[in-house]
Amino acid sequence: MSAIGYVAVIARAVLALIVLLSFVPFTVWLERKGAAFMQDRPGPNRAALFGTFRLAGMAHVLADVVKLLTKEDIIPTEVYGTYYRLAPMIAAMVPLMTFAIIPLADDLAIGHFSTPLSVLRIPGGLLWFFAITSLAVYGVVFAGWASASKYSLLGGLRSSAQLISYEISMALAVIGTILVFGTVQPNDIVRDQGHLLFGWLPQWGFVVQPVACILFLVAAFAEINRVPFDLAEGEAELVAGYHTEYSGMRFGLFFMAEYMALVTSGAVAITLFFGGWQIPWVPTAALVAGAGIGLPAMLLVGALGLAGAGHWLWGWYRFYRERDDWRAKEPRILATGAVAGVIVCLGLAGLTFVDRASLPLWVPPVFALVAQLSAFVIKLLIFCWIFVWVRWTLPRFRYDQLMNLGWKGLLPVALLNLLVTAAIAMPMGVLSWVALGVAAAIIVVWYLASRHAPQARLRSSQSGS
Amino acid sequence: MSLKVERVQGDRGVESFYLWNVVQGLAVTVRHAVTNLRAPRAVQTTNYPEEKKVMPPGYRGKHRLVPRPDGSPKCTACMMCATVCPARCINIEAGEHPDPTIEKFPVQFDIDLLKCVFCGYCVEACPVDAIRMDSGVYTFAEFNRSDFVAHKEQLLATLSQWAEPR
Repeated sequence: MSAIGYVAVIARAVLALIVLLSFVPFTVWLERKGAAFMQDRPGPNRAALFGTFRLAGMAHVLADVVKLLTKEDIIPTEVYGTYYRLAPMIAAMVPLMTFAIIPLADDLAIGHFSTPLSVLRIPGGLLWFFAITSLAVYGVVFAGWASASKYSLLGGLRSSAQLISYEISMALAVIGTILVFGTVQPNDIVRDQGHLLFGWLPQWGFVVQPVACILFLVAAFAEINRVPFDLAEGEAELVAGYHTEYSGMRFGLFFMAEYMALVTSGAVAITLFFGGWQIPWVPTAALVAGAGIGLPAMLLVGALGLAGAGHWLWGWYRFYRERDDWRAKEPRILATGAVAGVIVCLGLAGLTFVDRASLPLWVPPVFALVAQLSAFVIKLLIFCWIFVWVRWTLPRFRYDQLMNLGWKGLLPVALLNLLVTAAIAMPMGVLSWVALGVAAAIIVVWYLASRHAPQARLRSSQSGS
Repeated sequence: MSLKVERVQGDRGVESFYLWNVVQGLAVTVRHAVTNLRAPRAVQTTNYPEEKKVMPPGYRGKHRLVPRPDGSPKCTACMMCATVCPARCINIEAGEHPDPTIEKFPVQFDIDLLKCVFCGYCVEACPVDAIRMDSGVYTFAEFNRSDFVAHKEQLLATLSQWAEPR
């Protein structure tokens, strides 16, 4: 590999890390603030940087990081030391490694130089995703077992059973997508999603594989141990589940891992079902060719966004100033910054628009990269919101309900989806009929099983004294 | 009374996935989120140190001594409040008042706020309406125990939350 090749590898690894790791505090903030707004309360707004910048509660996340890093790291006497120390590392490593195959934008090509925008491009493609996410269970099981605590052990056991059960449905759902797109390369899958169906509908994964999309999302919630499937840390019965005995930054790693896993599974869902880095109806070639117009337009949109933010902040400034409140300072400074940003954006937009015919060679490809990266990040933001939204809406499942849904609900549907997809995707022949026959057999067995073993619920009723 | 357990049929088929119910639930939460995002000030929470609630009338807050027009306390050091106090937190030292129609006045009037149970009996017992608990002050924080003992001058300087502007 040439020197520039090594630089490219390091650069894209750094880019992926920046995207993933900056999403973690953001998601924590989104979770706390989103939960607050859904529950009719203002949420975190006390901590202030330099006594001024509260950043709508984001300063709390920074304070939490400082707290976790400086807290005493207590290791209980009875733990199995090696595994106890290993568990948070595995938990944090898995989502980081999974993120390595996510393409953040289309391949960057400047002159003769070309590089993919995912950290890894291996022939196995999505198999890497399956292989690495399966390791997540080790972090949980090691933590549960090595903590030598009953709560941790129960949490770890529940979690391992759950992860293994839902992994099957998840993999089957993804295989359906692989069949449709005919490749395991994430970037090729995303590229294929740029094609238009019937000439107007982007061929995104959720259009061609709607059932697989829903299955994947449900299984993803279970895979990252998130409400409504967060039985591993059912705080009412298990204190905190598998990380009960952890403190300080070791707990912090579990906490970070949870949010990194959230971001990563959102990224995988986007890559497979929501067009990845695709901007709808705008292919990469069009972005590169239209950079002269696209770049000023993008800067104008940025200026508009900043102006909106500035207007909103100025409203807060006036609100606080009328009340002679010390909190007036922050929106004033931020609004000034927003105005400066608007001016810079407008200036740059004007300059690039004037020079649009004579842009340097590297500008159009880099513009395409930034635009696609922005599209990816916006989709990821929406997904983070969906994960938060669902968490604060649904109550936790009971353990038997979880297993029933996984094995009796999702698995048969995933199998059916896979077989029907296979029958349609393959050239019509004997094998298609075999696939459809097996699908029919599954439906019959499923129906008979549900008829002969009704899922009974127990209801207790009180009758007279 | 007896408990009867009956087996009921659970959700079946498509219903057992709860998909529609989940969507309904999501609609409820997002409605709250959007409402509060559009009007964050409508949230019921009081942002405490910056915004303080005015206590309702009748709220028993920190005590105050009601002054005469000349600024001296109305109190005649009759010891009614100190006698009725269940926590025995009032300590009065009486002195002879120069005006013979008043007879006595408190040389010292201390209320130990750490002992006080805020029952309001002292206010009820006072025959000359010299002690009230209408200051509306409910935050007591000091660095020393001794600072929690409110002295006569301090009690005199405390104002009512309702009668006069603070």
